[in-house]
Amino acid sequence: MQTNHIDTQINTPQSEFFSGVKAEIPLLIGVIPFGMIYGILAIAAGLPPSAAQAMSFIIFAGSSQFVSAQLYGLNVPGIINVFTVGVINLRHALYSASMAPYLQKLPIRWKLFLAYLLTDEAYAVSIVHYQEDSDQRYKYWFFFGAGLTLWTTWQLSTAAGIFLGTSIPTSWSLDFTLALIFIAIVIPSIKDKASLAAALAAGVAAVILFNFPLKTGLLLASLVGITVGMVIEARS
Amino acid sequence: MSTWLMIISAGLLTYATRLSSILLYGRFVMPVQVERALRFVPVAVLTAIFFPDLLFLQGELMLSFSNPRLLAGLLAMFVAWRTKNVIYTILIGMFSLWIIQYILTLF
Repeated sequence: MQTNHIDTQINTPQSEFFSGVKAEIPLLIGVIPFGMIYGILAIAAGLPPSAAQAMSFIIFAGSSQFVSAQLYGLNVPGIINVFTVGVINLRHALYSASMAPYLQKLPIRWKLFLAYLLTDEAYAVSIVHYQEDSDQRYKYWFFFGAGLTLWTTWQLSTAAGIFLGTSIPTSWSLDFTLALIFIAIVIPSIKDKASLAAALAAGVAAVILFNFPLKTGLLLASLVGITVGMVIEARS
Repeated sequence: MSTWLMIISAGLLTYATRLSSILLYGRFVMPVQVERALRFVPVAVLTAIFFPDLLFLQGELMLSFSNPRLLAGLLAMFVAWRTKNVIYTILIGMFSLWIIQYILTLF
């Protein structure tokens, strides 16, 4: 009897959860120094330790926390600080739209919970997993595993910066691992002309718009990339 | 505005952004164009995040071969393309960055 090579692996919530944890682990090399630096910078800016840690818990978005702590140190009015964080984090609306179809059938409590874990790093590994053509049933457990791993690491590494004042020397350039992670995720997901065009357009636009305030260049460049991808796709 | 009110407001705003479409999806008919656009979200946003990291050093555009991050990044892209392996990409990218940085200090 001939057996076809079909992926017969049975995915359970547990196996998906641990796959998510495993997929997230390489990203932590970049996240840990980033969290430590945030902690030190937040204290240097004059935030009380409890408030600095609360930012990691309540806002839970690295680059916006950096900017927010700096604005706090400059005595910028709170309302402007809130607005700034909101604008920097607008790209998460794109992540939300991109994840929404996959999470549609979940109970509301899962949606409310998973939305809290929707960071750059958890999104990056999870969307790639969702787009793979395999058993979709428990993939939200993968997202949960990746998100929880990142969340725990972020809380602990920012706490190390805040309470211990520990940091990793910048000469080690470990921040570069975050760029490498995104390279490792994006490059293999470029599978046709349209997605290549979307990536190139977004990358070039991000460089040109780099100095736009409040990271709006990042958001605009993403929209440029998405538009170019759609145009190329429509042509071919 | 107190520090705590500021943090909680910023957190709620961020959370609302993250929840937006996840909560609303399916309640409205999504335009076909938007559905088509979603496929390009990961590749466009993530590239827009990492690309400037390769070209800007301390806020200055550095489009030359004496930019170690650009060289290491290009090498990492090649490795990612050939191997599709996250660990190889990080290891080779990091080691090549350190080596290139070291070589550049010799000149």
